[in-house]
Amino acid sequence: MKFDRYDTEGFYDELFTPDGHPRPGAELVVRRINNLPEQELQRRQLAAEKALLNLGITFNVYSNEAQTEKIFPFDIVPRIVQANEWTRLEEGLRQRIQALNAFIHDVYNKQQIIKDGIIPADLVFSADGYRKPCIGLNPIHGVWCHITGTDLVRAADGEFYVLEDNLRCPSGVSYVLENRLIMKRTFPMVFDSCSVQPVTDYPSRLLDMLQEMAPHGLRSPTVAVWTPGIYNSAYFEHSFLAQQMGVQLVEGNDLIVRRGEVMMRTTKGLERVDVIYRRIDDDFMDPKVFRADSMLGVPGLMEAFSKGNVALANAPGTGVADDKAVYAYVPEIIRYYLNEDPIINNVPTYACWREEDRAYVLEHLDELVVKAVNESGGYGMLIGPHATQAEREEFRRRIQAKPRTYIAQPTLALSRVPVLVDDHFEGRHVDLRPYILYGKDSIYVLPGGLTRVALKKGSLVVNSSQGGGSKDTWVLNSQGGPSPESTLAGKEGLSC
Amino acid sequence: MLSRVANAIYWLNRYIERAENVARFIDANYHLTLDIPESADDQWQPLINTTGDHELFKDLYGEATRENAIEFLAFDRNNFNSIYSCVRAARENARSIREYISSEMWEQLNTFYLMMNTAARESSLDLPHQFFVDIMNASHTFIGITESTMTHGEGWNFGRLGRMLERADKTSRIVDVKYFILLPSVDYVGSPYDNILWAALLRSASAFEMYRKRFGRIDPQNIIDFLLLNRDFPRSIHFCLATAMKAMNLITGSEQGTYANKAEQELGRLMAEFQYASLDEIFDRGLHEYLDNTQLRINEVGNAIHKVFFNMDVDT
Repeated sequence: MKFDRYDTEGFYDELFTPDGHPRPGAELVVRRINNLPEQELQRRQLAAEKALLNLGITFNVYSNEAQTEKIFPFDIVPRIVQANEWTRLEEGLRQRIQALNAFIHDVYNKQQIIKDGIIPADLVFSADGYRKPCIGLNPIHGVWCHITGTDLVRAADGEFYVLEDNLRCPSGVSYVLENRLIMKRTFPMVFDSCSVQPVTDYPSRLLDMLQEMAPHGLRSPTVAVWTPGIYNSAYFEHSFLAQQMGVQLVEGNDLIVRRGEVMMRTTKGLERVDVIYRRIDDDFMDPKVFRADSMLGVPGLMEAFSKGNVALANAPGTGVADDKAVYAYVPEIIRYYLNEDPIINNVPTYACWREEDRAYVLEHLDELVVKAVNESGGYGMLIGPHATQAEREEFRRRIQAKPRTYIAQPTLALSRVPVLVDDHFEGRHVDLRPYILYGKDSIYVLPGGLTRVALKKGSLVVNSSQGGGSKDTWVLNSQGGPSPESTLAGKEGLSC
Repeated sequence: MLSRVANAIYWLNRYIERAENVARFIDANYHLTLDIPESADDQWQPLINTTGDHELFKDLYGEATRENAIEFLAFDRNNFNSIYSCVRAARENARSIREYISSEMWEQLNTFYLMMNTAARESSLDLPHQFFVDIMNASHTFIGITESTMTHGEGWNFGRLGRMLERADKTSRIVDVKYFILLPSVDYVGSPYDNILWAALLRSASAFEMYRKRFGRIDPQNIIDFLLLNRDFPRSIHFCLATAMKAMNLITGSEQGTYANKAEQELGRLMAEFQYASLDEIFDRGLHEYLDNTQLRINEVGNAIHKVFFNMDVDT
């Protein structure tokens, strides 16, 4: 199988230039694939899928009762990011997270940005992720959003834009690690000669960060990952991260608050928990403070948190900053707190609660993507050019009824990558979700991230719940030489 | 360790052991009926009785035949103790503690489950023997992988405790049911069938070869002696209880011969009974009564384990 018939069809392609040559850094992979014997790539693709299934690297789907676990579709052709591009993205992400964290802290404390008129008060307080009980909280080291997974896209102009800030419980990082493992098994030779930055130390970095958050300066705190349970769609990831860090994986029923401290039920009685990486929504954490009907929560948790007896990653209330309406103000937020221009831009955004924006949106529904501000996973969305007249009219009605809940953006021609389709390659649209850890003294950006692929031909929706798959993302080292990743490859074997 | 995790690893091992035992029961019985075709119809109902699910079976299928018995014991989802249900439950438990067990254990169990799932979808079983051998092998592989990849700490001991209690229970059940069918079959006494039938009981507990080495000639009393009281055979009730007790002592930190809680006390008492039992006493008391009582007490140990370790009352 060869790339010689592959057509970029006028889209920005991550692997090929418009005239069909491999981009710098991609030559080796392209040559390697071109030189594989007939059927070999398909064979490796199947082997990779089989490995994922046997490893049980699956996510849960609720629609189909009989088949509740599926592998997250995986495409064997890697996505490659140049070293210089990455350096800039890394800087931009650090900048953005720093500003957003400052914003969250401000919103729940002095509210200076609102007083200074940078962002309207009602917009902040009506955000779906705004949590009144968080007012006055002061998490350790002033960090609220410890773990972020920012969604980036590359448009036709070749520039990266931020599409969404996921500041609550972003998922997907386990696929980054597992995809890399599978790729190292599949193309060991390429790793030897390319210089790909390693991702394998993410769990160690995450653990270091979590331990640094320990209350009362504890030296060896008890850290736990809190999962809603095995029926949660991201359960695999929760258990994977707990395993890789060697910490407890707990469910709500394992935890109980006693004298303002969080304890877990063990075979030898109660033991204190100091740091919790929670993978459960704010709403379900503590029925005394948030949703009273939560069966998953731990009564008294927020009290323990506000007393500083337990650390939570992420802190509750961070959702206020990834609201799609607040998103429109992020460039201003960056300028306000850091006095810098944004390094990575937002996708131009029309806010339907502004009269002139709304008028424009209503007139251009056939060109725009309209998004409900409090929906995620690719739901509650209108892709104007692909929609029917009836669907557009439905959104017109909704926007007029509740302008605060809608934003609109131009339909971007997302960049594409080749994927294996039967016996040839076709271009498919992708996004990129890098993961960022906000530690005590520094912000770490995992070199790589999750490249999600809209596997349906022509589709722009990359979400796994809607037919999306993933690819390994290779961030190249700026200097040549063998990849540090390849030296790890042999040692790891099946242990990941 | 977390009570929930201890609970899951305990049950995970019980379920795997249960699946293996059911597979072996079916396989041994299947071979037996091929040797003595005229007995075939009488052999399946007792096997179902062994599992204690005869009432459910009667509701679902009525009269036992080879086909419906295998379907019920191996694949029926409505039967919580079918091989299918056990492997599924084991895997579900493993999934909930994936981060705790080794990834090798998880991967093997997951592959086991997928294999099982494929077999359950295929309507006709052309090679039932191979299927049951696969189940037994998968169980042995799991135990081996557990042995060599997991720290032999508290969790490992909870797993061992679960497996040994399950195995003791299953050996006692198969002996209980089969002994009383075999005994009155005077027609066969002295006939070649006699040996075949008793040998089948030994095979059900994977004990045929080891029994031969110990006693040689097939003799009902020696068989009971071997399956109940042998110290060294890994499926004899005595061995299982003694190993369970070792695991329990390591979990609680109690010295041998002492106890720290109700579960340990009950288990210790039951084990001591087997330690100092004699065959004559057992037959004097009545084998069936003795085994029945053993099963009851294994259940009580199980209940006590739940109260002491998994469902501790911390709210007061």
